[in-house]
Amino acid sequence: MTQAFRLENGGLINRDKKLSFKFNGKTYYGFEGDTLASALIANGVHLVGRSFKYHRPRGFFGAGVDEPYAIVQLYRNNETEPNIKATEQELFDGLEAKSVNCWPSVNFDIGAINNFLKIFLPAGFYYKTFMWPKSFWYRVYEPFIRKAAGLGVASTKHDKERYEHKYEYCDLLIAGSGPSGLASAYSAAKNGARVILAEDKPRFGGSLLTSDVNIGNQSGEDWANSIIAELKEMPNVVVKNRSQVFGYYDHNMLVMSEKVSDHLPKTKKYHPKQRLWYIRAKEVLISSGSIERPLVFGNNDTPGVMLSSAAKEYLKVYGVLVGKNPLVFTNNDSGYETAIEFKKNGINPIILDSRVNPQSEIINEAINLGIKIKFSYVVVAAQGYKKVNSADIAKISDDKKQLGTVENIKCDCICVSGFWTPTIHLASQSGNKTKFKEEIDAFVPGKSKQNETTLGAANGIFTLEETLKDSFTAGQDLSKKITNNDNKISFPNVVEKKSSQHDKFWCVPLPEGKNYKRFLDFQNDVSVSDIEIALKEGYRSIEHVKRYTTLGMATDQGKTSNLNGLQLVSDIENKVVPAVGHTTFRPPYTPISIGAIVGREVGKHSKPTRKSPMHSWHEKNNAVFVDAGVWLRPRYYKQGNETLFEASKREAKNVRTNVGVCDVTTLGKIDIKGPDSAELLNRVYTSAWLKLPVGKARYGVMLREDGIVMDDGTTTRISENHYHMTTTTAQAANVLSHLEYYLQLVWPELNVNVVSTTEQWAGAAIAGPKSRKLLQKLFPNNDVSNEGLPFMGYMESDLFGVKARIFRISFSGELAYEVNVESDNGNFMWEKIIELGQEFQVQPYGTEALSTLRIEMGHVAGSELDGRTIPYDTSLDGLVSKKKDFIGKRSLNREAFTSENRQKIVGVVPLDKKTSIPEGSHLVKDAKAPLPNKKLGHISASCWSVEHDNPFSLAILKDGKNMIGKKLFVMSPLKNKVIPVEIVSSHYVDPKGERVRS
Amino acid sequence: MLHIKCPYCGMRSQNEFSYGGDASVKRPELNKEISDQEWDSFVYNRKSLRGKHLELWQHLSGCRQWIKVERDTATHEIFNTYKADEEIS
Repeated sequence: MTQAFRLENGGLINRDKKLSFKFNGKTYYGFEGDTLASALIANGVHLVGRSFKYHRPRGFFGAGVDEPYAIVQLYRNNETEPNIKATEQELFDGLEAKSVNCWPSVNFDIGAINNFLKIFLPAGFYYKTFMWPKSFWYRVYEPFIRKAAGLGVASTKHDKERYEHKYEYCDLLIAGSGPSGLASAYSAAKNGARVILAEDKPRFGGSLLTSDVNIGNQSGEDWANSIIAELKEMPNVVVKNRSQVFGYYDHNMLVMSEKVSDHLPKTKKYHPKQRLWYIRAKEVLISSGSIERPLVFGNNDTPGVMLSSAAKEYLKVYGVLVGKNPLVFTNNDSGYETAIEFKKNGINPIILDSRVNPQSEIINEAINLGIKIKFSYVVVAAQGYKKVNSADIAKISDDKKQLGTVENIKCDCICVSGFWTPTIHLASQSGNKTKFKEEIDAFVPGKSKQNETTLGAANGIFTLEETLKDSFTAGQDLSKKITNNDNKISFPNVVEKKSSQHDKFWCVPLPEGKNYKRFLDFQNDVSVSDIEIALKEGYRSIEHVKRYTTLGMATDQGKTSNLNGLQLVSDIENKVVPAVGHTTFRPPYTPISIGAIVGREVGKHSKPTRKSPMHSWHEKNNAVFVDAGVWLRPRYYKQGNETLFEASKREAKNVRTNVGVCDVTTLGKIDIKGPDSAELLNRVYTSAWLKLPVGKARYGVMLREDGIVMDDGTTTRISENHYHMTTTTAQAANVLSHLEYYLQLVWPELNVNVVSTTEQWAGAAIAGPKSRKLLQKLFPNNDVSNEGLPFMGYMESDLFGVKARIFRISFSGELAYEVNVESDNGNFMWEKIIELGQEFQVQPYGTEALSTLRIEMGHVAGSELDGRTIPYDTSLDGLVSKKKDFIGKRSLNREAFTSENRQKIVGVVPLDKKTSIPEGSHLVKDAKAPLPNKKLGHISASCWSVEHDNPFSLAILKDGKNMIGKKLFVMSPLKNKVIPVEIVSSHYVDPKGERVRS
Repeated sequence: MLHIKCPYCGMRSQNEFSYGGDASVKRPELNKEISDQEWDSFVYNRKSLRGKHLELWQHLSGCRQWIKVERDTATHEIFNTYKADEEIS
């Protein structure tokens, strides 16, 4: 297919490199440097999608980030991405794209029936139409709306692309490389400031690429290129294209999305697809330019109606004609620039100017070129369904209320210009209270809130000379504050055409007897009548009108619709625009891919992975790992075809009958030193600590100030002023912060130092009736008898030349020890234990067996210390000192905490001794009671008791103390289970605790 | 993201810190008889004020010191930061 709308010459594209691409399955050709939009227009394709609500045909409206229509589904390198603007997507060879929001095809779309049902789809139709009958909402309306709504389909596959984050600091961040961005960057850089210049488009220069101006005897484009070339050579400057600064956050932190590879068929090896920059800038220059404002008339959403600046950009940058018989409809001089460009390329446009008799240099130029101009004329309605084929036009009275006779003229596109809207989003996001500038009928930034300065068109300055002067000076002054340099730049000579005043007119009245849709928001299909309805129904605040009608709430965030909406509300309400106010701008300025926000923190990289020094041994011995906080721990060691259930039962049983060894490196360890260490422990733990002798360990429970159990663990007195504290794996970091809080802020008089030693020590728990015999083999020179190393005893020794700490403590309830060695020796220790334990049938055991052992023993862990339980609930009240004060003690007097029928930990056994009880199930008195069935408690942990060979669970049960022996029901609606159970003591094995002392 | 000046380490990004609440709260002395109301105020009752607020932050991924930060809760402006034991005028 030929590119029938491509000019013979001109544009900034590379005509030597022809690219092929597919749109809706059909192959087309474009050139390197095209966007998908410019290439499609070159091929005469103007129908790209269907609108959101009425499924009306959609074409192209803009040429960049402001595009409300041309949203496509992109296919690239076996991945698909929705919500891609065809006006931003650069063409690459093999690109494939499809239309969205249409079925079965963009040409014949069933949903277009909504266009004829539009009387039923007014503003707020969600709230009105689907209210009755109520039950229809879930079954009929909501599924239907879900299916009908949406612009594209998100991929459900894992995104294989790489996204990076980068943190950067600079003196000046400059957002936008138009004339103001280039000038300020140049003068700041010459002053030695560290500058980042960001441009969202592939080409630098902004409006200089399309305007007919002269700077320092160069064309605007040549001047831009020479400045960029010079900046790129400077070591203190970072120049980035395809980079959108989309958010201005607190303390001058800005976030920028750099599209590194989206313009390539495939991401290069070692390159990311996109990079998100977090930039902390000392000064921020906002040079984001302005967006042309549309004019509102009948059927102004028909494909072929587009912004005149976009038509000019397609012509000058891409060498593409948006039409061969164009109509330009304008209320200011900008439309003339577009018409002149058409004329220069052999096309004869017609200009309709709403103004009565405007005079300016540029209008004279158009007249001299022989362009046909009709003053006081407006477009009443565009005609044509899938593409403009003519326009109804009419003369308009001076007060803009009366239309003359409507006549129809042929045209294939309508280029509209309603003057310019400064892009103030970043300034507004920084907290700047914007103000309304009467002369340009738009909002501009007010007083700076953070260190932001807005320049050029974004600041409502539309002449090049003034823009450049301001910008050179701003770059100079701001950099001088930082670098103390004062290098003056000589100001270039500027030649530009002077413009005349725009017309304060945007919305064409309806001709008598016609009821055309006049659209304000082109992406969400919000029309003039929707706003009128909302106001009639009593909505006044612009924020409410916005939400009720969805004006400006689409993915383009109303870049082209906001001001026309405000103007309409102010006209109807007879208020001035600033009194109506505008809605809040929030980041991101433009849609950002989720991948870029997440960066590399996906899958395995979402958090650090910690491995114990014995990890490789576990791997070699068929360990199946489980995530325990940030740690990887062996869950069980698989033998043959064993299931988790079989393996954990075998491992637990071996601990009860022989001896097992478990990697406990992950336990939190805190080294405590200083003369007041005992006093600190005495205040932190609920029990008394002042009299713990050297060489002894003690189990302790610590509370939060509100009386809830925070953590438990053992602490050992290594020497007079030196303690070794252990915490649970999950709470290790919190406990350290907790201790630091009290030592630094509450009791700074205590002379104590704390430091985490979790990763300095490798730990192995050796548990089971044969553990002492094994320990004797490991430490043949020590007396490890019950007298030599009693329960809760501690000794330091030497494990075949390696320094070791031995603690006689037990989590499994068996005779048990924990051996610690320095991390580097962890593997050596582990292999020695396995080697010397062979004769005692030693087996490693994982967290699943560990749980089984502690559950049937009634030892509490994280599932009972769940942030809702006090010592009494978990039967730890025996450890609460009556004599001394400690953190949280005063809270234990609270009424609810001393209640007679307070919840308490109990054991639960199914009556059939067979059915496993799901964790999280509820305990109820009567399984058949009507809902809501009163919950008496919940199952906190379940296991298969290896001692009794039947299921056993722990539960936190209301009035648990008096419930032992009672029969209740366990209910798990999630698993659809009802199990009759008996409540027993939580100590299901060795209730007197004889084994640990044996 | 806020930019907080740690009195020990200098300007650092917020993600190195963790928040610790109102710095004006004083824990009642140990072993002192106090009323339920007083204890309740200490544990639960916090002002949720708009404007200048003296609060605690811990430089968790840094020097691990608890510091005091004077911040405007509405604008996030940080007026000053102090060491834990520093006198605040």
